[in-house]
Amino acid sequence: MFFVFVAATLAITWWAARRTRTRDHFYAAGGNITALQNGLAIAGDYMSAASFLGISGLVFLSGYDGLIYSIGFLVGWPIILFLIAERLRNLGRYTFADVVSFRLSAVPVRSISACGALATVILYLIAQMVGAGKLIELLFGLPYESAVIIVGVLMILYVSFGGMIATTWVQIIKAVLLLLGASFMAIAVLWNMGFSFETLFERAVDVHPKGEAIMAPGGLLSDPVSAISLGLALMFGTAGLPHILMRFFTVADAREARSSVFYATGFIGYFYILTFIIGFGAIVLVGGDARFLDSAGALIGGNNMAAIHLAQATGGDLFLGFISAVAFATILAVVSGLTLAGASAVSHDLYASVFRHGEADDAEELRVSRLATVGLGVLAIGLGIVFEQQNVAFMVGLAFAIAASANFPVLLLSMYWSRLTTRGAFWGGACGLGVAVGLMILGPTVWVDVLGNAQAVFPYKYPALFAMSAAFLAAWGFSVSDTSTRAAGEREAFDLQYIRSEMGRVGEG
Amino acid sequence: MDIATAHKIRENPKFQVMVARKERMGRRLTCFMLVVYFGFILTIAFAPHWLAVPLSETGVLTIGIPLGIAIILSAFAATGVYVYWANTHFDEITREILKEAGH
Repeated sequence: MFFVFVAATLAITWWAARRTRTRDHFYAAGGNITALQNGLAIAGDYMSAASFLGISGLVFLSGYDGLIYSIGFLVGWPIILFLIAERLRNLGRYTFADVVSFRLSAVPVRSISACGALATVILYLIAQMVGAGKLIELLFGLPYESAVIIVGVLMILYVSFGGMIATTWVQIIKAVLLLLGASFMAIAVLWNMGFSFETLFERAVDVHPKGEAIMAPGGLLSDPVSAISLGLALMFGTAGLPHILMRFFTVADAREARSSVFYATGFIGYFYILTFIIGFGAIVLVGGDARFLDSAGALIGGNNMAAIHLAQATGGDLFLGFISAVAFATILAVVSGLTLAGASAVSHDLYASVFRHGEADDAEELRVSRLATVGLGVLAIGLGIVFEQQNVAFMVGLAFAIAASANFPVLLLSMYWSRLTTRGAFWGGACGLGVAVGLMILGPTVWVDVLGNAQAVFPYKYPALFAMSAAFLAAWGFSVSDTSTRAAGEREAFDLQYIRSEMGRVGEG
Repeated sequence: MDIATAHKIRENPKFQVMVARKERMGRRLTCFMLVVYFGFILTIAFAPHWLAVPLSETGVLTIGIPLGIAIILSAFAATGVYVYWANTHFDEITREILKEAGH
């Protein structure tokens, strides 16, 4: 099953490679993706193995708290639709930095946007690679290093040859497989309970060590500052993830961009509801079954294996094989999307605009983006191996914090605030990035858990509330105090940008 | 888009009305999501026991679970409302405006 998937995706890559002749194909699949396809691909980008196994594992461990995370991950989507999606599509071509630099000066703005994009992508990639290595080690018995190298090499092949066309189709196939597999598992759980939610919850409460506590919020968010800060990072982080934003350039127009968010929200919401049922099903069917527990009574392979064990409990070895293959496919698809977003930041923003000042031609930029893909792939493999023994759970949180505090504020202000200038955008992005990284290092997750200090310098785990405020404040302060002639021109250009952001690319195809 | 076309579009009252309506709808729905989500988050932070109230005397189901599912469904419904309005009414007006501006 596993080899069938790899063979099929390589065939798609070969097919896509023959269609990838220009950078328009490489970055944006030529704008030929339909809304439904893009909705599935977006959902695929978002439903990572980490969220499938992690959230079902969190539900298995503490019940209701898993639902709190799911809701946080979902509510960012309506915000993307209402504020960003169509304007992003109307103003940009390949990266979100296109939008920010629409009327602002390209070199500083693209440099800082590319830094934010790369920081997000690399942190996310490390977390995915380490998770992938451990999961494959456990599922297929491969050594950790080989697992990381296999994932890295396949990802380089998909992205460098097939570009956005291959990445999108790998993502669509994987999203369909994952939705089918999760649906089957949730139905199997409910069938076991006589299709009664009441029975499912009653039996879960009976066998779970925490008893009735799993039906209500536990200790996840106890103080309001952490609660709001995490809430902001989850809600607005989604709107600053470069591999997600990039997907809006693969559809034909603003109308399709909007519809794709509608489909994606539906698929992701449905998936999270399934994950919740799967987690509760695992409490009953896996947590009470000695086959899946070690001598100390803990789950074999850790709590994140709850969904994998449930596959065996409900569908036997054949279904276990299917779900394992789907988990592998999920990892590959997500790292491919991330690598493509990172490569486009390097080639389109840094190389073509900053380094070559827009003089690189299509073929040259395409060559650089392929090289950047290989470079990022090798980097991901290397970092994946280096971080094997490290706690990488904080990295996804940090990626969301950076996305919410460095990328999102600058993108939002560039679309809606006429007085934003290049100076404001640069310092806004830089402050958001710096404060998010700084507070994360000084906070409990890195300063205490990773570096082993006794007391955190900064008391909160989630920096987004402070970092986002710093970014908006810096962008505002550095913009209104900017009296240069360049700034005056940039403010005047807002009108034209505004009309285009509403009307689309009129008269240029 | 050239400056003359942009000018024509900007002066068209239809454009101003359409953009104002679209932005108002986006703003209202954004506020709706913010209130729902941060209301939920703050309830968890300040009064988690509210979510632990059982729905019936005998059952274990608490109010928090249907409420959480309802938030997921409301997010989907909100995107549906926006997409329906934008893709039918607003897009039609956009086409009219572009036609009147000579495109």
